[in-house]
Amino acid sequence: MIEYWHLFLAFLIPGVVGYGGGPASIPLIEYEVVQRYGWMTTPEFGEVLALGNALPGPIATKMAGYIGYEVGGVFGAVVAIAATVIPSLVAMIILLKLLMRFKNSPKVKRMTTLIRPAIAVLLGVLAYQFFATSYEGAGLVQTILLVVLSFLALERWHIHPAFVIIGALSYGAIFLS
Amino acid sequence: MMHLSFALQKDIFIGFFRASMLGYGGGPATIPLVHKEVVETYGWLDDEEFSDILAIGNTLPGPIMTKMAGYIGYRVGGYAGLTSALAASVLPTVLIMIALISVLINYRDSPVVQGMTNAIAPVVGVMLFMLAFNFLRRSQRALGWPVVVGLSVVSLIAFELIGLHPAILIAALIIYALVRRSPKEGEAS
Repeated sequence: MIEYWHLFLAFLIPGVVGYGGGPASIPLIEYEVVQRYGWMTTPEFGEVLALGNALPGPIATKMAGYIGYEVGGVFGAVVAIAATVIPSLVAMIILLKLLMRFKNSPKVKRMTTLIRPAIAVLLGVLAYQFFATSYEGAGLVQTILLVVLSFLALERWHIHPAFVIIGALSYGAIFLS
Repeated sequence: MMHLSFALQKDIFIGFFRASMLGYGGGPATIPLVHKEVVETYGWLDDEEFSDILAIGNTLPGPIMTKMAGYIGYRVGGYAGLTSALAASVLPTVLIMIALISVLINYRDSPVVQGMTNAIAPVVGVMLFMLAFNFLRRSQRALGWPVVVGLSVVSLIAFELIGLHPAILIAALIIYALVRRSPKEGEAS
């Protein structure tokens, strides 16, 4: 029983104090899982994280689900995922409900227009980090080639992202291995 | 409303399942795919609503993908929609992780996996960049280029040079917009 409580706390705290989405909360999760509760060693955690990053989908819940399952079976996974997801989601719903009540107020409209450039910059910085990762891993020529091709495919030829992503994965498996 | 709900729940599930299964690089990298599903494919939200939700999500702690999925699911399909969207975002990838980890450990250092990881990064970058550009172009229509460029440069300096946490800047902008009185505003809110 105490194990489930520990799982709950271990994933609740990174979810409540970690800003910047799941990837930003990984070091906080590592602290709880490795340092505080000793469920894994640092190299084991690193290995699980690397594998998690090779798979699609949000990373915080993948880590929570896997570690929760290892520590406490299916119920452990449920507890860890719930602790990761629920507190911030409840806050999100309450805050947006409040905001929606004043949807037509000029102040809320002004808020929408004022924050959009900041959000765009955040996305742009994130985009830059992905370009940098690819530059380090695959080199400049491959990066430019993939950027130009995926841009044309998505924006000019209007190919669904699913096919562009599958195409890039196949290209990487064949030509970049 | 009730008789529509099964088809709606199915769409919510499929939309978030697709976004999650195609998203490499964690939740934030998945945002353009969520945008594609909820704004373009299903039309549940417009660009303004989507960027508001993303902004509020960024002022709160915790993973972004599940916050977006849970809230959008809730808004579109009530508590059942919230459950569908969360289940679709979280469960498939967790199940794959638990089921495949012993197999994947053997392939961890394989050049094929490395190649796939390297090839997907620029595609994710392009999708994020296009969404960023799309947001800038839309705010330009409301504010004009000088204000947009000004706000963008200030944000960039704050995030990258000063190292100010994005949540703080976004919260400050929200508070400023909500508190400051505009001269032509007649109503008391």
